[in-house]
Amino acid sequence: MNILLKTTVSIGVLCLTAGAAFADCGIEGTGSVRILSNDFEALRLINTTAQECAADGITVTANATAEHKNLQVPALSINPAEYSVAVVANNSIVPLMNDDLIRPLDDLVAEYGADLQPNQLIKIDGKTMAIAFMGNAQHLFYRKDILDQAGIAEPKSYEDILAAAEKIKADGLMEYPLAASDKPGWDLAAEFVNTYLGTGGEFFAPGSAELAIDNENGMKTLETMRALTQYMDPDYLTFDANGIQAEYKAGNVAMMVQWGSLAGDMLDGEGAAEGVVENTVLAAAPVINGGTTPAVALWWDGFTIAKNISDEDAAASFQAMVHGINPEMVAANPTVATWLVKGYEPGPNAVGVIATANAGARAYPMQPYMGLLHTALSAELAEYMAGSEDAAQALADVKAAYDTAAKEGGYL
Amino acid sequence: MPHKTFFAFILPSLIAMVLFIALPIVSVVVQSFHVEHGRILVQVESCQPFGGCTTETRVDTAAMAELREEQPMGRFNRFGTYLNRGHLAVDEIGAILANNNGIGDIVTRIYNLPLYKALAFTLVFCFVVTPIAMALGFIIALAVNTVPKMVKGPVIFFSLLPMIITPLIGSLILYWMIQPNGIIGANLRVLFDDPTLSLRQSPLLTWLSLLFYGVWTNAPFSFVVFYAGLQTVPADTLESAMIDGASRWERIRYVVIPHLAPLATFVALVQLMDNFRVFEPIVGFSAEANATSLSWLIFNDLSGDAQLFGSAGATSVITIIGVIILLSPVLVRTWREFNHKVV
Repeated sequence: MNILLKTTVSIGVLCLTAGAAFADCGIEGTGSVRILSNDFEALRLINTTAQECAADGITVTANATAEHKNLQVPALSINPAEYSVAVVANNSIVPLMNDDLIRPLDDLVAEYGADLQPNQLIKIDGKTMAIAFMGNAQHLFYRKDILDQAGIAEPKSYEDILAAAEKIKADGLMEYPLAASDKPGWDLAAEFVNTYLGTGGEFFAPGSAELAIDNENGMKTLETMRALTQYMDPDYLTFDANGIQAEYKAGNVAMMVQWGSLAGDMLDGEGAAEGVVENTVLAAAPVINGGTTPAVALWWDGFTIAKNISDEDAAASFQAMVHGINPEMVAANPTVATWLVKGYEPGPNAVGVIATANAGARAYPMQPYMGLLHTALSAELAEYMAGSEDAAQALADVKAAYDTAAKEGGYL
Repeated sequence: MPHKTFFAFILPSLIAMVLFIALPIVSVVVQSFHVEHGRILVQVESCQPFGGCTTETRVDTAAMAELREEQPMGRFNRFGTYLNRGHLAVDEIGAILANNNGIGDIVTRIYNLPLYKALAFTLVFCFVVTPIAMALGFIIALAVNTVPKMVKGPVIFFSLLPMIITPLIGSLILYWMIQPNGIIGANLRVLFDDPTLSLRQSPLLTWLSLLFYGVWTNAPFSFVVFYAGLQTVPADTLESAMIDGASRWERIRYVVIPHLAPLATFVALVQLMDNFRVFEPIVGFSAEANATSLSWLIFNDLSGDAQLFGSAGATSVITIIGVIILLSPVLVRTWREFNHKVV
């Protein structure tokens, strides 16, 4: 059964069982709720649930778009803001914080947040600035049947993965057993950030915007990233997360580090070759270089409330969003995401994310200048990955590009 | 036409040009001279769902708001943005020229700088695609001109298809075809008997694919213009050439081509301008690793988590200057001809 149908059915059941909540979700007074969010299934589901709060005097509209990051700062800068709610993640909350566009939520949490758990409150400088509702992380997806045939146990580290890939290739089981989202741009930079986090290194000198990746950890990260490409399809530089998902589903890949949020789609198996889904195991992200920290970033998705709106709109928006992530909705849709909501029973799709979080993975950094580093990495690592540049030159290029951007951004 | 009537006639267009072309360009130029204020950073405690609380750096928004109030445009940076590594890279080039291992080393290291890398592909794209697409368009026009009237309509329609398709869609179609399991990619593997051949992987093949796409999408414009031009070739001149015993090739060489020369100038002008702004195929082909262009640099500055408006502004101005330089020989020639006629 496809996900859309499942969602429709579960929303239908929800409407029947939670009739009282459906009619209106108890928002008093009037207000306008305008949601801006990224566009994937879990967020669309939350938006639809929040829209159930529409009643006399309460309007709820939602715009789910992949362009949300480009829209949010201009849309929230005007007064009154175009959107009253911005759904964000670790990285996209930073531009909103940098420009002071979202409001502290402590009074709203005290009044309407009875259902929220303490770890959902994203506290910055002692003030609750966002309410997290789902976690996400890249983690290992592997084909048990292929590894069994090669006589290899579950890989725990990148060193294991490289050895396993070599064995699989030597045994002639698969030509390109590995895949990673190495497409230049956001994806490639995210791969670097992930791997570097696993080395235990810091990206910046403490308390400043001075870049600090030009060290052994940076070299180890790059060497590992390139070593993996020997076992990948020669087109690896054009694959993003959706690209490797398709390759894996087609049965061409034995191991990949892929987003937890795509695990549901994988287990759903639509369009997958025979034997792929049944043999797929989700496991914690690998460690690197003898370390113990999984080499991926942990992410949360949450909602924030705009600063430049009336207090009534803010109160209505907060209540609508709390309704949007209510425990009944989560209970009805356990496989859509790794929820952070009260009463959530993790399903088979969440195993990898939870194992990764439990193993102590670090969160994606929230420094105000992290976005500049991400952009510098996305433009400067391609040549190294293509093999036309050495690692030292690549790190020097990243540093030079970052310094240029950070000077222009006013951080250096 | 009296000057006054002429002026009244073009006034609406003039106003629109000032509003929608001149003023934005001025704003981009002003923007390119400014950078963000120095950020005032503070250390705060940050708590997340996993991993508890850590000390993190934040921007002091209240202090920044005051700074912005005083100087909304940001800090005035003169030509700083133009000269930095992201653009003309004056210091970096100085260092390369002062200390290098010969010409090859100089070229490689300059090519490693973002603007020069983008400029290299942009110029190659301009100067390879424009003449080939024009020649191809001319050949198609000659061919269509000789087909029987009945099939002319459909032939013209199919020749125009590449221009009708949105550039991004067109490039995606070709991109899917050259994938290893696409129709072109798979056939090339068989043809060259090389199972690892990948058009998307090698820089040279990526460039060739992009150039091929450029010719494919640019040829129809040349075709349309040349085809229209062919209808105006004087029939009696052609006939007298035939009577004099000129072959088909000689008629084309000595009658048709000189007749179409002014049109060719116009087509070259438009195509050079268009090709200098090449952007869609790079995105469509996911070719960022091997080929970038000036327009792609601007796009890259404006997307992502941190937007650099000053940097994008500077690249835009450099692009405008590039277009002017490219067009100047033609512009100078037109200007001379115009003066000549007046005198």
